[in-house]
Amino acid sequence: MRSVFPGDTPEAPDRPAVEVRGLVKRYGPKAAVDGLDLSVARGGLTAVLGPNGAGKTTTIETCEGYRRPDAGTVRVLGLDPVADAAELRPRVGVMLQSGGVYAGARAEEMLRHVAALHAHPLDVPSLIERLGLGGCGRTAYRRLSGGQQQRLALAMAVVGRPELVFLDEPTAGLDPQARHATWDLVRELRTDGVTVVLTTHYMDEAEALADDIAIIDSGRVIAQGSPEELCRGGAENTLRFSGRPGLDLASLLKALPAESTAAELTPGTYRVGGRIDPQLLATVTTWCAQNGVMPDRIAVERHTLEDVFLELTGKELRA
Amino acid sequence: MSTETFSPRPGAAPVSRMIRAQAALETRMLLRNGEQLLLTVVIPTLLLVLFSAVDIVDTGEGKAVDFLAPGVLALAVMSTAFTGQAIATGFERRYGVLKRLGASPLPRWALMTAKTCSVLVTEVLQVVLLTVIAFALGWSPQGNPFAVLLLLVLGTAAFSGLGLLMAGTLKAEVTLAAANLVFLLLLVGGGVIVPMEKFPGGVRAVLELLPISALSDGLRDVLQHGAGMPWGDLGILAVWAVLGLGAAAKLFRWE
Ligand SMILES: Nc1ncnc2c1ncn2[C@@H]1O[C@H](COP(=O)(O)OP(=O)(O)O)[C@@H](O)[C@H]1O
Ligand SMILES: [Mg+2]
Repeated sequence: MRSVFPGDTPEAPDRPAVEVRGLVKRYGPKAAVDGLDLSVARGGLTAVLGPNGAGKTTTIETCEGYRRPDAGTVRVLGLDPVADAAELRPRVGVMLQSGGVYAGARAEEMLRHVAALHAHPLDVPSLIERLGLGGCGRTAYRRLSGGQQQRLALAMAVVGRPELVFLDEPTAGLDPQARHATWDLVRELRTDGVTVVLTTHYMDEAEALADDIAIIDSGRVIAQGSPEELCRGGAENTLRFSGRPGLDLASLLKALPAESTAAELTPGTYRVGGRIDPQLLATVTTWCAQNGVMPDRIAVERHTLEDVFLELTGKELRA
Repeated sequence: MSTETFSPRPGAAPVSRMIRAQAALETRMLLRNGEQLLLTVVIPTLLLVLFSAVDIVDTGEGKAVDFLAPGVLALAVMSTAFTGQAIATGFERRYGVLKRLGASPLPRWALMTAKTCSVLVTEVLQVVLLTVIAFALGWSPQGNPFAVLLLLVLGTAAFSGLGLLMAGTLKAEVTLAAANLVFLLLLVGGGVIVPMEKFPGGVRAVLELLPISALSDGLRDVLQHGAGMPWGDLGILAVWAVLGLGAAAKLFRWE
């Protein structure tokens, strides 16, 4: 099986942490994952972004060794997730989309247990504090709130000091505060050299955290790149501002680069299209100053991941 | 170690430490669970005390406790290895515990070893408790302790196989209901407190092939009548153990 990647040694440092090629996974006649390619750089933070049912969990769980591919190959840290499971398990941290804890176990007890299965675990009390679980360390899992259960599952994924973690929707259902605490921890993991793969259906999460985003839909990666790369392509950006109605746009256009456009959308609101860069912004504000216009509510509207997804699939990302 | 850094330092704990930790956790879960305690401790104890003190069932010649203690020991084994283990493992599967442990450094064989250790520890506690109570009720056991041990071990293997088979193939709620029902039926029809002679011949011939009947009958032969090795009963238990554990190994679904 390894000959699919000839000449590679599993531990080559520049080799991707996760390599998925042509992955197909069917449940009955329906393919949940349908020819998916994914490459995760070592030490980076990769977000697998897609709507519910896109195949995120199936992909991640194949990398975790829970499912065998129907076709294609998967390598994690250069190894086969199923055949080399024993070697991989201590090195890979796993946060399932849900569950994974004895209903009657206390939060701290469960975390201590997972720690005891590893050779050099993190200090459990400080990890408990770090994730804001200090007040409920002695609470049975079934009595924890959804957010607390999520954070315990996250703690269980990192307590063994893995080199790679798979986090399946780590912030689903969290309140904003808990969400940001999780984001901070995930960023810290990356800073400390842990490779992170997370799935999410929140675009802002992928944009805020990831070095690299793979957008998946219907079991395929439809785009992969850094947030900047993904948002750069496609429709051009626009600049909007408000001012007094009836400005002389012909005069404004003369000041702008050749391909620019300018229009009054509704009386007093204007849109400038074209290559929006700092120079153009300065030109517009200078022109406003020269014409005694106070540009109110001036905004550069960036092409968002939402737009990217909509363009690629014709669908809204929000499920 | 402190959480100042998450810098990777992966590694599995020694497997003996993992098994010890897992067995300790599973035993704690069991002892903390009220329904499990009812099944494994309260019911066997109550049956032993009640039926020894009050002459409700006709237990034949001799002291009632000499008839009841072996049956209740068989019931204790069934309650832990079969009913308790089936219910607990069924819910572990349902709640993704088995799945999550599957991603930990703990190998599957080590998880099963830990489960067995936890069952055995619980049984030792049960046997100690029931023996003390039985002695207080005037129990005078006979026979070869080694034969008793062999019966208990084979009985545990037979019931564990059946319990795990149920837990690994049925939905957790179905396992819960079915395991309790089977417990009740076998309590009545397996020679635990009701002597097998009470059943008509044809029915009895079938009932005697059940693992609970073999275990209670074997224990009674040794402990009440001072028989040597009860080979027939040991044979029945061995067949159940091979069938149950074999089927469980083949059909068990972890998710
Ligand atoms: N065990 C399963 N049996 C049958 N269908 C499944 C199973 N798991 C997932 N699916 C289907 O596969 C598709 C992808 O699911 P999943 O990987 O969970 O997506 P996501 O995590 O992106 O929401 C969905 O249509 C889902 O219904
Ligand atoms: Mg999912």
